[in-house]
Amino acid sequence: MIWNPNKECMSRDERSALQGKRLHKIVEYVYHNVPFYRNKLQEMDIRPDDIQTIEDITKLPFTTKKDLRDNYPFGLQAAPQSEIIRVHASSGTTGNPTIVGYTRKDIGVWSECMARCLTAYGVTRDDIFSVAYGYGLFTGGLGAHYGVEHLGASVIPAGTGNTEKHLKLIRDLGITGLACTPSYALYLAETMDKLGIRKEDIKLRVGAFGAEPWTENMRKEIEERLGLKGYNIYGLSEVMGPSVSYECQMQHGSHICEDHFYPEIINPTTLEPLPAGQTGELVFTTLTKEGMPVLRYRTRDLCSLMPGTCDCGRTEVRMGRIEGRSDDMLIIRGINVFPSQVESVVLSMPEFAPRYMLVVDRVNNLDTLQVQVEIRQEYFTGVFDTPAAVDQLEKKLATKLKSVLSIAAKVQLKAPNTIERSQGKSAHVIDRRKL
Amino acid sequence: MTVHQLSIFIENRSGTLIKVLEALKAANIQIIASTIADTAEYGIYRLICSEPMRACEELKKANVAVALSDVFALAIDDKPGRAADAVKTFSEAGISIAYMYSFLLRGKGILIFRTDDNEKAVKVIADNQLQSINEADLSELA
Ligand SMILES: [Zn+2]
Repeated sequence: MIWNPNKECMSRDERSALQGKRLHKIVEYVYHNVPFYRNKLQEMDIRPDDIQTIEDITKLPFTTKKDLRDNYPFGLQAAPQSEIIRVHASSGTTGNPTIVGYTRKDIGVWSECMARCLTAYGVTRDDIFSVAYGYGLFTGGLGAHYGVEHLGASVIPAGTGNTEKHLKLIRDLGITGLACTPSYALYLAETMDKLGIRKEDIKLRVGAFGAEPWTENMRKEIEERLGLKGYNIYGLSEVMGPSVSYECQMQHGSHICEDHFYPEIINPTTLEPLPAGQTGELVFTTLTKEGMPVLRYRTRDLCSLMPGTCDCGRTEVRMGRIEGRSDDMLIIRGINVFPSQVESVVLSMPEFAPRYMLVVDRVNNLDTLQVQVEIRQEYFTGVFDTPAAVDQLEKKLATKLKSVLSIAAKVQLKAPNTIERSQGKSAHVIDRRKL
Repeated sequence: MTVHQLSIFIENRSGTLIKVLEALKAANIQIIASTIADTAEYGIYRLICSEPMRACEELKKANVAVALSDVFALAIDDKPGRAADAVKTFSEAGISIAYMYSFLLRGKGILIFRTDDNEKAVKVIADNQLQSINEADLSELA
């Protein structure tokens, strides 16, 4: 089934024309409403009228996460505050989160894209759909929620946590659809085993899994253990949220809502566009967004694009699986974590040496984060003659980390000079997760 | 009334304890008593030794997280029940013992402990004429 065949199955030429028209409009819009873009375009001697076709996009400047951070909180917002009806936030590398405001029309577009996505999975009004992404500043929960409502299925706003109660609802309510991170889906399966609930006891048939990297093997395992078909969903708050792209029944690449989000693949070093099929950094331009439009936003996600009509009938370009990152961002339980965030916290506490290590692992299908730090000799005083005192110090750091990272980290205190002095950023991370 | 105790942070992995002991050996420090309060990931190694100040400096040089704390030391008769009597005196005075360990030295039982109220503990020791020992006594006994 296809939610919006007019847009999802457009001919290539028709779509290019639409994209070109929308690109011109969005450039004109930001030129007049966002000083940041106006200055950039003027510096490059580009006027909105120079942008007429979608091919002209390569003339435009890029936008980076740093630009969003430097213009915190509302510097890149194009719409007046009175038009903004919702604000989401995602974590940045240090300090300030990225703030994204949405107008009523933006929420409408987002819900439309979500409905396209769910329909591609085979979800209908008859489904009961549980959203087990985090509700809150993170776009996962509310994004999926509004999509299910827009489609007309029943939404169960389960959120994260309280897995046993969630499973009870899945069984008792006959829930048929599930949106969550793939690792949480596996955790659900574990908990089912523990509680003695068999997949025959539940009616799940469709899963929308995303917000973290996963593999075909994980898909097979989730599908086998939960008795459903698992589909990839992709998105990022800087562009919109979940449903920027989604898989179809073919489970072969995720269709991008190209009439709203124009994708490019570039070489992250030279910034030159790469031909279709080659792996590079994914870049998005929002073609219709009002709240915070972005031109050529560098996602840092590495993947490739597959043009051509899909067996499902959609003509929207597909993106392959995310193959990596062009920066050092980690995705832990669906949350973006940068080693530099940990660094800023460690440096703010004189008790610790400016050395640290992030150890990421997956235990019982749940991501774990351990932060190792060294206590400074000068701060190891007589009060540390009991483990309780050491625990308190660990807790102090853990609390700070939690507030900055938005996920819990286990602190492990190390003796002075036991963590290797790192060279380069990746030396701060040990990722033991096997994907 | 009090003696110096070394408190040493030791990670739970092989090689960490021996590193401390080797450093003490190299500095010719004699260990009189020791105990480890351990958790799943680390331990606090508590140590009574000869020349605690010098021992502490030597360990710092060896990159060991070490600190000096003052702990009470009482000498009691080497007979059953004496430790119970001593601790009871503190508990009746409303003083909690944070931790305690003991050893024998020259026919005397030595109780090492820390309380949650040192001032009160000093008074209890004096009022009850408990036999406390200090750094000098310790080196004499050793
Ligand atoms: Zn398709």
